[in-house]
Amino acid sequence: MALLSCQDLSLGYEGKAILEHISFEVNPGDYLCIVGENGSGKSTLMKTILGLMHPLKGKVLTGDGLRQNEIGYLPQQTVVQRDFPASVYEIVLSGCQGRQGLRPFYSKEDKALAWENIRRMEIEPLAGRCYRELSGGQQQRVLLARALCATRKLLLLDEPVAGLDPKVTAEMYQLISDLNRRDGITVVMISHDLEAALRYATHILHIGARIYCGPVEDYLHSETGVHYLERGGYRP
Amino acid sequence: MTLWDYLQLSFVQNALLVGVLVALCASLLGVTLVLRRFSFIGDGLSHVAFGAMAVAAVMGLTNDMLLVMPVTILCAVFLLAMGSNAKIKGDASVAMISVGSLAVGYLLMNLFPPSGKANISGDVCTTLFGGTSILTLKTSEVWLSIGLSVVVVAFFVFFYHKIFAVTFDENFAAATGAKIRLYNLLIAVIIAVVIVLSMKLVGSLLISALVVFPALSAMRVFKSFLEVSICAACISVICAVTGILFATAFGTPVGSTIVVADIAAFGICSLIDLL
Repeated sequence: MALLSCQDLSLGYEGKAILEHISFEVNPGDYLCIVGENGSGKSTLMKTILGLMHPLKGKVLTGDGLRQNEIGYLPQQTVVQRDFPASVYEIVLSGCQGRQGLRPFYSKEDKALAWENIRRMEIEPLAGRCYRELSGGQQQRVLLARALCATRKLLLLDEPVAGLDPKVTAEMYQLISDLNRRDGITVVMISHDLEAALRYATHILHIGARIYCGPVEDYLHSETGVHYLERGGYRP
Repeated sequence: MTLWDYLQLSFVQNALLVGVLVALCASLLGVTLVLRRFSFIGDGLSHVAFGAMAVAAVMGLTNDMLLVMPVTILCAVFLLAMGSNAKIKGDASVAMISVGSLAVGYLLMNLFPPSGKANISGDVCTTLFGGTSILTLKTSEVWLSIGLSVVVVAFFVFFYHKIFAVTFDENFAAATGAKIRLYNLLIAVIIAVVIVLSMKLVGSLLISALVVFPALSAMRVFKSFLEVSICAACISVICAVTGILFATAFGTPVGSTIVVADIAAFGICSLIDLL
């Protein structure tokens, strides 16, 4: 059964649709990249999947034992976060908040999970450091560790490499790829980086005037894909 | 009279107690407010309360809290619970509501001067700067502040991790199932209550300073949210005590003296940060 399925979604603000008739499924183990031009509605789609926005029409369903609040989310950084006085450990631990309900304090299991993910992201030496003093790549690892505290199955990443230098970008992609292949975590990622999307992803969702959803290999030969790749100056 | 003699007086003791409690509550809430770019909400909401007080006076209500409290809570909810997705952003909406209610309140007081209150500018001055009201507290007001402070501190302790999650990343918290609307609502209500009560006690100028300065000072020095929260509370309490003692001994205005102490603390923290 699909982990996540979107059925005939129409998305938009205040009744005006910017995207219509989006249907796709994400199966366990998939690595789906969402591509498309600026303003095509990629972030809106992601917010809808997360339940932060309601679709104008259609439904987002989770399956395979995944609950709506068990999706790990790596958002784009906000202005507030850049100078936020918090330690790395505090931020990673806050990933467990969704399961807390009204319980005021974190349990031993929550804390153990936070440490496990800090080690998994190789940021143990930074655990006591202040978030605002870290480099962009280190901050992304912290937020990824936090997202992993919220999920064991599905990660949603909103342009995880935005603003990172090429070396750190490559490391980040490798890290995400490892999570997908080694740990079996399903990945849905918004990306501007078509080359990386084609290299790492198993599936592509192209949204915009034309919509494509399917395996990477077929995308390269689809009308939508060929058109978009040519405009981006990319030749396979 | 020496300072020790002053300390034997019950109204000085009351002022110290209430001053410390108000400073404590304001600084705890201040950390999350400053980080969410709502530093001016203390000022804004106290102006709202001022406007509501004017309306209550014009209407001739004997207990103006019946009007002031709901109106202020409503505005706080409107400002904070809208979250980051509102059409008019936080700072602009605070400015709008603040200036608007101040103007309307003052206009009403001039158009329909409440009977028995000839001294409008005196009234306005007391509301803004607190005047001597902290030295003339009634026993019931002292108990009210004690009760309120217990509620605020308990709220802060029990919701500490939720406040952190919502402050750091509202969208992530919402996406992973935290009831952020509920938490934002609770934070807004508590802030409104603290501001209205402390405005009566210490004036609206002081309440903004109590919200902003300790949090900013603590952020200069400390690097984790827990340390910042604890340090802000400590700085705020120490400055309140110093300010009240100094004001009693030298006859300076209480509110302004506490603010000057807070400014000094900020200076010291900035120096520590530079070294």
